[in-house]
Amino acid sequence: MATATADFDVRRHDSFGLRVQHALHANPVLGPLAVLIVAIIAFSIVNARFLTATNLSLVLQQVTVIATLALGQTLIILTAGIDLSAGAIAVFSSVLMAQFCTKAGMPGVIALVLGLACGTAMGAINGTLVTRIKLPPFIVTLGTLTIFFSLNSVVSNSETVRGSDMPGLMTWTGNSFPIGNFHLTYGSIIMLLLFAYFFYALSRTAWGKHVYATGDDVEAARLAGIRTGRVLFSVYTVAGLLYAIGGWILIGRLASASPNVGTEYNLDSITAVVLGGTSLFGGRGSVIGTLIGALIVGVFRNGLQLAGVEVVWQGFAIGLLVLIAVSIDQWIRKVKT
Amino acid sequence: MTEPVLQAKGITKRYGRVVAIDGSDLELYPGEILAVIGDNGAGKSSLIKALSGALIPDEGEIFLDGAQVHFRTPMDARAAGIETVYQTLAVAPGLDIADNLFLGREERKPGVLGSVFRMLDRSHMRAEAKRHMSELGVATLQNIGQAVESLSGGQRQAVAVARSAAFGSKVVILDEPTAALGVKEGNRVLQLIRDVRDRGLPVILISHNMPHVFEVADRIHIQRLGRRATVITPKSHSMSEAVAIMTGAAEPPTAAA
Repeated sequence: MATATADFDVRRHDSFGLRVQHALHANPVLGPLAVLIVAIIAFSIVNARFLTATNLSLVLQQVTVIATLALGQTLIILTAGIDLSAGAIAVFSSVLMAQFCTKAGMPGVIALVLGLACGTAMGAINGTLVTRIKLPPFIVTLGTLTIFFSLNSVVSNSETVRGSDMPGLMTWTGNSFPIGNFHLTYGSIIMLLLFAYFFYALSRTAWGKHVYATGDDVEAARLAGIRTGRVLFSVYTVAGLLYAIGGWILIGRLASASPNVGTEYNLDSITAVVLGGTSLFGGRGSVIGTLIGALIVGVFRNGLQLAGVEVVWQGFAIGLLVLIAVSIDQWIRKVKT
Repeated sequence: MTEPVLQAKGITKRYGRVVAIDGSDLELYPGEILAVIGDNGAGKSSLIKALSGALIPDEGEIFLDGAQVHFRTPMDARAAGIETVYQTLAVAPGLDIADNLFLGREERKPGVLGSVFRMLDRSHMRAEAKRHMSELGVATLQNIGQAVESLSGGQRQAVAVARSAAFGSKVVILDEPTAALGVKEGNRVLQLIRDVRDRGLPVILISHNMPHVFEVADRIHIQRLGRRATVITPKSHSMSEAVAIMTGAAEPPTAAA
């Protein structure tokens, strides 16, 4: 004891509540996972159709776009930021891709690449405003949200482009192949691959550590030699690219590119992130949690529908879940050893 | 006398009409703990910032191992082998101990995994972190993968000091390392500071805590009104004499120790 500078006291017999708090603190994905499993069990008891492969593949298709947006949103929220323009970038990118094909007559590949580049540029604009002008992310993305939606209407003339008028590549993300009765879309595969990639990037690369450190304590990160401005800029830019990929998946899902969808995507992506246990205060959370969070939203929407609950009450239930999730996050943060 | 490891000559920094440091000198010799004390506004933190690259002095020269250096950022000083532990505790609470030790200088795996996939060499960094911690007598931290926020203030300070000792090749600067700590933890951190010195790294310790300063320091640099008033040793002067010099109640002795 005398020479040891940092001893650990052997943990005393903690109460059950404390142990749960510690477990959640050490492994924040446990909570959302438990909610997801309980919800699946409950809904399958209420309606036997819920657990069929056909229905589950529908749930996955329904959450694919939101999950992709929520992935970008997770990166930003991990840095203690927020992106209100996620849905706007996704929809605007999808509209741009469609216009590149129809108005400019570009081949699918070029329209896709250009559309993704535009989404990335929109993210970079957010990143520049946050890091250079040093505006709060909430204000920046509130402004760009409005701007992107407005440009969206201008560029599209508020008209929907049908999928059949576009090259096949545009709607390819909506194609699926069966695994038994389960229909897996290419869009879902892209989404899952992106989650796998960012799980790796966040947990196994220096960039990931820097994202967490920046969100945790930006001053400490700077003093440790991290170029926090660069980290933030990279996060907003990469998120822009992810939203644009989400826009591409959206075209496949709807079999059209419509400027009039997606207003709810902004907040839905934040909902998925929060339900997944990622802290709005930054530095804490994971993309696995976000995937689970998006699935929770999908399972609740679908399950409540099958249970005969009216649509208006589905929103109520999701909202309640969000409040509970944030309260739990606050509680976990108070952990003491 | 041996050559100083770190030497500052006539450092001056003005903020408009306010002179924060007015031609201050400082010498740090190999294998010593040099405490820097001074009243608020005496310019000790500005002096230290000049040494750690966080502030560019208007005038004056800094020598490291006899060669003149010009630090423009904290990174420059760090690259030259001067590690600073800031008062604000530059640790990321959500990351674990090993991640914190290597924060900002992560090591990648050799070969394609590291160069193309940018994969971190976690096992190597953890082993290294464990070695550094145990070298400093912090071996009882069993779990190097534990989040820093689950540690006590003293343990966090130990992580920060271990990081500076692990990467500082020339000098370690500690800014108020015991300020926020209880008695017991404060003493452990003092022991840690001695361990760092005993490993051969000279330490500059900035502190308001006179008992701590007198307990660990080999020499005490007293900063007053932007200059070095004098340098004393815990043996040559008492605590109250040091405070008297610091506040101007007593004349500093003419010969610097």
